[in-house]
Amino acid sequence: MHDYFYELADFAETLLKAREVLLLGFFGEESSFVRFNRSAVRQAGAVEQRQLALHLVGEGRRVTTHLTASGDAALDRERVRKALDGARERLGVVPEDPYLHYATEVRSTESVRANRLPEDEGQVVDAIVKAGEGRDLVGIYMAGGIHRGFANSLGQRNWFSTYSHHFDWSFHLDGDKAVKCAYAGFVWNPAEFEEKMARAKAELEALRRSPRTLEPGRYRVYLAPQALEEVVGLLRWGGFGLGARHTRRTPLLRMVTDGAVLDPSVRMVEDTRGGLSAGFDEAGFVKPDQVTLIDGGRLGDPLVSARAAKEYDVPANGASRRESPESLVMAGGTIPGQDVLAALGTGIFINNLWYLNYSDRDACRMTGMTRFAAFWVENGELQAPVNVMRFDETLYRMLGENLVGLTREVELLPDVNTYGGRSTRSLRLPGAVVDEFVLTL
Amino acid sequence: MSTPVERLEAWFREAAPAVSFCSLRYVSERSEHVSVRRGVVEPIASGDDAGIMITVADGGGLGYAGTCDLSRAGLQRALERARDWARRTEKCAVTDFAAATLREVRQGEYRTPVALPWDSMSLPDKIGLLREQSERLHADPRIVDWDASLWHTETETLYLTADGTRVHQVLSHIVPGLGCTANDRSETASRTFGGRGFCRQGGLEVLEQTGFSEAAPVLAQEVLELLAAPNCPTDTMDLLLAPDQLILQIHESIGHPLELDRILGDERNYAGTSFVTPDMFGRYRYGSDLLNVTYDPSDPGQFASYGFDDEGLAARREHIIKDGILMRGLGGHLSQQRTGLSGVANSRATSWNRPPIDRMANLNLEPGDATFDGMVRSIEHGVFMQTNCSWSIDDSRNKFQFGCERGTLIRDGELCEVVKKPNYRGISATFWRNLTHVGRPETREVLGTPFCGKGEPNQVIRVGHAAPACVFAGVQVFGGEA
Repeated sequence: MHDYFYELADFAETLLKAREVLLLGFFGEESSFVRFNRSAVRQAGAVEQRQLALHLVGEGRRVTTHLTASGDAALDRERVRKALDGARERLGVVPEDPYLHYATEVRSTESVRANRLPEDEGQVVDAIVKAGEGRDLVGIYMAGGIHRGFANSLGQRNWFSTYSHHFDWSFHLDGDKAVKCAYAGFVWNPAEFEEKMARAKAELEALRRSPRTLEPGRYRVYLAPQALEEVVGLLRWGGFGLGARHTRRTPLLRMVTDGAVLDPSVRMVEDTRGGLSAGFDEAGFVKPDQVTLIDGGRLGDPLVSARAAKEYDVPANGASRRESPESLVMAGGTIPGQDVLAALGTGIFINNLWYLNYSDRDACRMTGMTRFAAFWVENGELQAPVNVMRFDETLYRMLGENLVGLTREVELLPDVNTYGGRSTRSLRLPGAVVDEFVLTL
Repeated sequence: MSTPVERLEAWFREAAPAVSFCSLRYVSERSEHVSVRRGVVEPIASGDDAGIMITVADGGGLGYAGTCDLSRAGLQRALERARDWARRTEKCAVTDFAAATLREVRQGEYRTPVALPWDSMSLPDKIGLLREQSERLHADPRIVDWDASLWHTETETLYLTADGTRVHQVLSHIVPGLGCTANDRSETASRTFGGRGFCRQGGLEVLEQTGFSEAAPVLAQEVLELLAAPNCPTDTMDLLLAPDQLILQIHESIGHPLELDRILGDERNYAGTSFVTPDMFGRYRYGSDLLNVTYDPSDPGQFASYGFDDEGLAARREHIIKDGILMRGLGGHLSQQRTGLSGVANSRATSWNRPPIDRMANLNLEPGDATFDGMVRSIEHGVFMQTNCSWSIDDSRNKFQFGCERGTLIRDGELCEVVKKPNYRGISATFWRNLTHVGRPETREVLGTPFCGKGEPNQVIRVGHAAPACVFAGVQVFGGEA
């Protein structure tokens, strides 16, 4: 797809008129998706797609056209020609854009990861079905190439290709009791897969004990990295962008206006260098290696999109239009992973949270549910699974005054999201022991 | 010269392999989004997307292949890939897909009626209209963010099977948007036009139908009112819900739990399961006698209306809940075959790059006989909540919590002061049984959302909901942080 995209960009440039600038973005994937229910295949197939984002700039104006590219050079050249004609027509009737901003310093980059995925995906499917025999396995295996590109008529070219697999699954007992697991990487290693399966099967046994129903109240809890993923995942929507700070819509408003703080051990960084995503944005800006979002519990630098940079007169740092982190890392703490149960003492071990939303956005108070496997723990010993409970708690208590500690180990959590296309976002998070966590229903 | 659709049809008829079942679904979507934010026209964005999905059932397995390569060679490759996946999975499929796939041959055509086509208003005029609304939204310096937008999408689909089915549909969707946010130090309040839920099918006539041009001053006034309002109190009280909140309640606690693929367990790893089990259909009391819910694809102006679903099943109105009793599920032909339960024509895909699954489409709460004033008068101690802004529910779709943009306390049958950050929580199984009043048709609004998420791989899809205002007794209500 690399050569195809660059040749198409070269061609598109020949169609430009004087004083026009072209910014051309590309997303492509060749993905296999195999969906499982009750350890059998529900849906299996493949998707091949190529999407172009064509931004035509001229006389201080910009219009955008998203179009599908077929992969057939002649057909796509015609589509690009037609799209440019349409964009040019609209460019003539739209007003000047005071926030028009794109990279003018040419910085070309290439990042290509070799394809080491198995050629025969049927063997992978067979292995999953076999591993699920006698159990209730539900989930999805997805694998293949993901490609992103950028080209502009100033001569800049950026390319990013990666080939990865992500098997996201759960083993279920009766009702909603389940163990949630994932195996993601760039090479399908049968031994690693078997090890993860064996661990999941062992964890499933603990769920067979009679479940306990808790009363609403305040509990000491351990939030595993996968549970904290939901908390940080909610914050990603508007929590770290410059635009949300200025419009006062950020859920971290009290950190902006009142100097509210989290525990001093909380540090969050947008770590493009260590992440799995492309290092350039849709305006051609190359992302810095790191942006410190929260440091020492205090609000750090915002993510700044090209447009917000112009609107608020600060430098852009490669953030997307939504100014949402792609590769957020939260620093680990001091609790060794093997001591988590002891650090929890008596309380709830929460593996997964689910469906979070704000119940008071200004106060960063969020509600959500426990899901899959949560356990009641007494004196550091697992006692029984806990039926699902609703929580309603502020970030300032969760990661502030009531934070007992973070685990030393930090877990890489590649994003399983496939809306529109497979995601390359990721989080690296520790687990957190939290006191006085409010359960409401 | 033949059109892309005609060429694809001819190639498919020639190339469809000799298998148990083979289909082609072509989807072409053209869109335009015009937006003015904080008085500045955002870059105009248009879209032109097209692709096909081939589905093959053979030997009991099912495979699909989605591709944007619309050449003859691209179609041939997709046919081979889909057949390969069907063969690879024939011995480990969740059901015998060759036997379960819809085989009835259909011929059909459906098109959204459009009175005022999108192109009947020029782009400068659309920008002018939005600028005008934008100015009206910015009624006070405390309003720090405001936007007005129009989003139009025209979707053309062609569904063919090797057996001879041919269904062609063209749908036109309009989503008007207005929103404003006010701030005073550490307090922020927002108001939006129906929670951005005034989504309809049709043309620009939707703007008049929804009162788009009159809404901005009201939203601006209300957002300032919220900024100065006290917190919603914490108590158990009666709850009067406006349609722009009730649609989320229907969506999350009736729509999703009744999707047959959730009941079958397909979604347990992602969107979740359901508290509803197959034995409940035909006898389970879902709500009070006043609760009547329909799957209704027949209102041409509703957001998720169509003539046929994405597996060619003809769509028709059905009662899902009648007089409070659960009657049928929300599942297409395949789910009906797998469960043995009655369903509806709602096997749908977000586009050519995703396979169809059970989606709720238009799911409506039927009007009753209560006037709005009568409902207010019936409440001694309660709150009227408008416009959803927060939603959360467990994976069995039972324990829910919702937040609204605006609350108005009701005391002794009178609407009293406005309160901010109103929230309520409850359990689906008991909440609907406490439905005490259902509003008359004049309290009904036709709404929807373009963003219902579900499925692996993930799919976001349009759904429509129409509902009157309704009253629920004895609900846990609370506000924001002190």
